[in-house]
Amino acid sequence: MRKNIIASLAFLLAGSTAALADASDGKIKIGILNDQSGVYADFGGKSSYEAAKMAVEDFGGKVLDVPVEVVTADHQNKPDIASNIARQWYDTEQVDAIMELTTSSVALAVQAISKEKKKIDIVTGAATTELTGKQCSPYGFHWAYDTHSLAVGTGGALVKQGGDSWFFLTADYAFGYSLEENTANFVKENGGTVVGSVRHPLASTDFSSFLLQAQSSGAKVIGLANAGLDTSNAIKQASEFGIVQGGQRLAALLFTLAEVHGLGLEAAQGLTLTEGFYWNRDDESRAFAKRFFERTGKMPNMIHTGTYSAVLQYLKAVQKAGTDETEAVSKALHEMPVDDVFGRGGTVAANGRMIHDMYLLQVKKPADSKEPWDYFDVLDTIPGKDAYLDPAKSGCDLVK
Amino acid sequence: MTTIFGIPLAALFGQLLIGLINGSFYALLSLGLAVIFGLLRVINFAHGAQYMLGAFVAYLLLQYIGIGYWPALIVAPLIVGAFGALVERFLLSRLYNLDPLYGLLFTFGMALAIEGTFRYFYGASGQPYAPPALLTGGTNLGFMFLPNYRGWVVVVSLIVCIGTWLLIEKTKIGSYLRAATENSTLVQSFGINVPMLLTLTYGLGAALAAFAGVLAAPIYQVSPLMGSNIIIVVFAVVVVGGMGSIMGAIITGYVLGVAEGLTKVFYPEASNIVVFVIMAIVLLLRPAGLFGRDG
Repeated sequence: MRKNIIASLAFLLAGSTAALADASDGKIKIGILNDQSGVYADFGGKSSYEAAKMAVEDFGGKVLDVPVEVVTADHQNKPDIASNIARQWYDTEQVDAIMELTTSSVALAVQAISKEKKKIDIVTGAATTELTGKQCSPYGFHWAYDTHSLAVGTGGALVKQGGDSWFFLTADYAFGYSLEENTANFVKENGGTVVGSVRHPLASTDFSSFLLQAQSSGAKVIGLANAGLDTSNAIKQASEFGIVQGGQRLAALLFTLAEVHGLGLEAAQGLTLTEGFYWNRDDESRAFAKRFFERTGKMPNMIHTGTYSAVLQYLKAVQKAGTDETEAVSKALHEMPVDDVFGRGGTVAANGRMIHDMYLLQVKKPADSKEPWDYFDVLDTIPGKDAYLDPAKSGCDLVK
Repeated sequence: MTTIFGIPLAALFGQLLIGLINGSFYALLSLGLAVIFGLLRVINFAHGAQYMLGAFVAYLLLQYIGIGYWPALIVAPLIVGAFGALVERFLLSRLYNLDPLYGLLFTFGMALAIEGTFRYFYGASGQPYAPPALLTGGTNLGFMFLPNYRGWVVVVSLIVCIGTWLLIEKTKIGSYLRAATENSTLVQSFGINVPMLLTLTYGLGAALAAFAGVLAAPIYQVSPLMGSNIIIVVFAVVVVGGMGSIMGAIITGYVLGVAEGLTKVFYPEASNIVVFVIMAIVLLLRPAGLFGRDG
């Protein structure tokens, strides 16, 4: 009996792979690769996959008369796992482009593979400016935000309000370094000082010891150069140790609607943050958010909407190029202006950076929130040219 | 200001205290693991999931029935303990005659299933849970600002740890338990219901994990991942303390918490591996663990 089961399973598996190989000809396939079970699972996660599918449906499900398919996988925040999946997708499953790529270490690894295999990658989930700096790729694009725009937005706002001495709590990997460095440079350029920093492992549960060091540093601002659950935990524990009451301010450098929702307005109120999208911005964004909410049960943040925009723009580029050949599609992506619910009046620079406006937001007090998910006041719109690093200074050798 | 290795003394005291607080969670969790392993010979990989369940039950009680923190501290462990007892009676007890590996695999699978279910419904970011009004705020100790809630965690976990140790080492029911692990046939022949005893033990272990979960809820986000983040460290604690040694688990829990706290001052990047480095060293020098009996 058991032998029969195994035999039939083997048969099924063999059958399905054969079918895949046949069907993938004459098809556009987009892979959404991100963290679906770890600290960043709400930041992007499965909802980014839904956003990608929405973009395909809005485009009509077909491009150049062939169907478009979206596949997805969980990279568990591990560059080695992500690299394996990326290679498998490119080599045996005819995936044309990989997108989302939350976690900077993963994004850098997959962008390198994409470059080597001459495939397109569009990063919406990861933050490091390295993607469009020294490690840029002619087929690599960085879509939703980056550490520079966060530094300009959140860092700039706090320095303006007198926060001129900083202590950093930094996630101990590529993204944390990049975010800390960008913000520290920005603070120093504006006459501030950095009094110290401490690096914590990704996915720490207890921040009290790091917070205590930040507290005793006497810095006016404690910059949280981390993301996802790490930031939520740090904020929650900071309030426990009386850090904000003690006169120090917290700067959640990468914090989105999803984390504010998890933390609750009570704990998050007053925080300043920077996002590339806010659902309650205008009628267009609200209409998109409503459709997204119906599918996922939550409102979109900049990662979700950015992924929608990236998929949509990719399909437009394929259509314009008249082929799915990488060089031609990349050329179209570089040339075409971006105009959708996410990237209004956006342009793509030679280093692959999509330059668009960012929003400086402040978390509302619980009493001021009029409806579920009504979390932010828009303090300012930061024009794309101020938010993003001048491509000529990015260190990317594609910029002449 | 007095300094040691360039660290102000006051800051050092603060970190020691923080280490003690984290150690309280390690001690409570490794205690439950040690009880289950010591008496049932089951390596309970579902312990982290039971800890997470404790926090979630407290959260759900508050959310849907309006039961607050204090009753939840009793009710949530009872619910999770009962769930544990059911699992033991109907599933786990069938594996006692097999290789211990089966118990490990079963509990591991159960942990994945429970966590996956909660992640599906609640996402990974977790849910907020406010500390009880009585324990909000903090006390300035001069060298640090101690949140009252954390002080409470240290005190109550010490009481529970010592209470459990007394229950197992010094009471009659504890002696039945210990006898049943030595020779269950003999104990059964004296008219004691051994399977029931084992069910209760597993329930107690699960309840201890859930108790730690409720304690943790106001400090950390109530998140489906909270258990898997801590469980590996707790296993290391049990191994260092000596598998099955109850006092060993308690003491090692606090000691490793403090060691981890100190690492966060001197070399923060290594703070999440220092426990395993200590484990490796202990295993090299004393394979049975610090408090384990050889052989």
